[in-house]
Amino acid sequence: MLKRANFKPSRNTLENFGIATAANGTPEQPQIPDRLCVKCPGCGKMLFTIDVQKNDNVCPECSYHFKMPARKRLLSLCDEQSFTEWDSTLYSKDFLSFPGYKVKLKSSRLNSRENEAVISGYGKISGSPCALFAMDGRFMMGSMGCVVGEKITRVFERATQQHLPVVGFTLSGGARMQEGTLSLMQMAKTSGAVKRHSDAGLLYITILTNPTTGGVTASFAMEGDILLAEPGALIAFAGPRVIEQTIRQKLPKGFQSAEFLLEKGFLDDIVARKDMRHTLSHLLKLHEKEA
Amino acid sequence: MEAYKKLQLARKSNRPTGLDYINHILTDFFEMHGDRRFADDSAIVAGIGRLCGQPITVIAQEKGHTMKERTYRNFGSAHPEGYRKALRQMKLAEKFGRPVLCIVDTAGAYCGTGAEERGQGEAIAENLSEMMTLQVPILSLFIGEGGSGGALGLAVANEVWMMENAVYSVISPEGCASILWKDPHKVREASDSLHICPEDLKLLGVVERILPENDWEQLWQDLPLLLHQKLVELSNLSGSELSESRYRRFRKMGVYGE
Repeated sequence: MLKRANFKPSRNTLENFGIATAANGTPEQPQIPDRLCVKCPGCGKMLFTIDVQKNDNVCPECSYHFKMPARKRLLSLCDEQSFTEWDSTLYSKDFLSFPGYKVKLKSSRLNSRENEAVISGYGKISGSPCALFAMDGRFMMGSMGCVVGEKITRVFERATQQHLPVVGFTLSGGARMQEGTLSLMQMAKTSGAVKRHSDAGLLYITILTNPTTGGVTASFAMEGDILLAEPGALIAFAGPRVIEQTIRQKLPKGFQSAEFLLEKGFLDDIVARKDMRHTLSHLLKLHEKEA
Repeated sequence: MEAYKKLQLARKSNRPTGLDYINHILTDFFEMHGDRRFADDSAIVAGIGRLCGQPITVIAQEKGHTMKERTYRNFGSAHPEGYRKALRQMKLAEKFGRPVLCIVDTAGAYCGTGAEERGQGEAIAENLSEMMTLQVPILSLFIGEGGSGGALGLAVANEVWMMENAVYSVISPEGCASILWKDPHKVREASDSLHICPEDLKLLGVVERILPENDWEQLWQDLPLLLHQKLVELSNLSGSELSESRYRRFRKMGVYGE
């Protein structure tokens, strides 16, 4: 479990500002951001929000990767008009009457304009068909409750049925404690579905994005055949603050970064957002069986 | 405040630990060490023994009783090598057709630099997916604390049983209180809200059976028979049936609207 307190609230409107889309997937009128400028956490420069947005939420100066709203990510990755969303109507219930959960769900829905912390569906990347999912940090820090677990499980079950590879972008603070032990069970449930997909000889590519932690790291995020990460992403089981509290020491800079994991042998590669589409299409094509 | 009391009971250092259970319910126990990758994790005790005469594989998280023991056992919090050691034993059990008994008692998987460097998340994730398709019966018994992913890493089982005063939680109530309410003193409220007690978990379908703790002498007599009976019953199923029933068990877990 990772603590929410490990993540700073987004310092700018950018991370909360995606391409707003209506339910049918067509872009709405772009909104005017609350602030015209953002300060890049990477290089400290002041940037025009619009410049960063045009650059796939990446700092044009230092290539710092801002968070990417899930829907914007999938729509910009998939071939035009090829993305069909699955299970968009699933919604979370406060079945334990956990203090404050109802309010949090409501504000997350308003804030993200999404039903839950993961979006899934079918799409094509440069012509290669695949099942996709992407997690959204604006919805309760991408935490995994029953709906996230169910949607991920269904992605793998459908992909197994339809013989599709799965491409998944992970981003999560961990299991959603407001759903108690049942949220923990989602780790086992999703892992089972991934295993069945894998045993059917199908490809699963995970892209770990900033931050991927806790119960998501300890389940479907780390179970990909190919593990990629975005530059600078924090990837951890226990977050830095929890470790610092446990060992009572400051952690070295870059501990648990994507670069650190690559060095320790837990990633296949680090891929910048601008190269993601090309890399994924390349990997998917290499795994396509000749008809 | 029932849940908080239970949590305190579950953590008591004079409760029987994993090794106590092994000594009481198994005969001819032979311990096996190491994950063949990095090290031997003393927080997890694993090996083979006889349960009512039948050889089984047992994997137990061990907390220890005295301070010295507890330090040596890292308070029952395993590193990645502990989970890999457990998986190695499960694979051996599969090869030789032995049922697996996992005894769970941990505050959680260890949160330290070494654990992160060696892939704590990856080690647990691998256990979850490999256990799901293991071709022999798996039974998990929670004897004290069942802390988050560290407990689940030994609990992707055909059935999960809990002692009356054991708990199973997605996060420690202290952690929950300090994250959500920025107040570690609200641990009682958090314990209640998280629904960590066996009775609640049985209603949610997370646990199959609750074992009473009122008479330990009686328990040490009955427990081997109960476990043996269940494992024999499960052994009548084929490998793929076992794997399928395990998948179905977890597949139905979740409450949501559609």
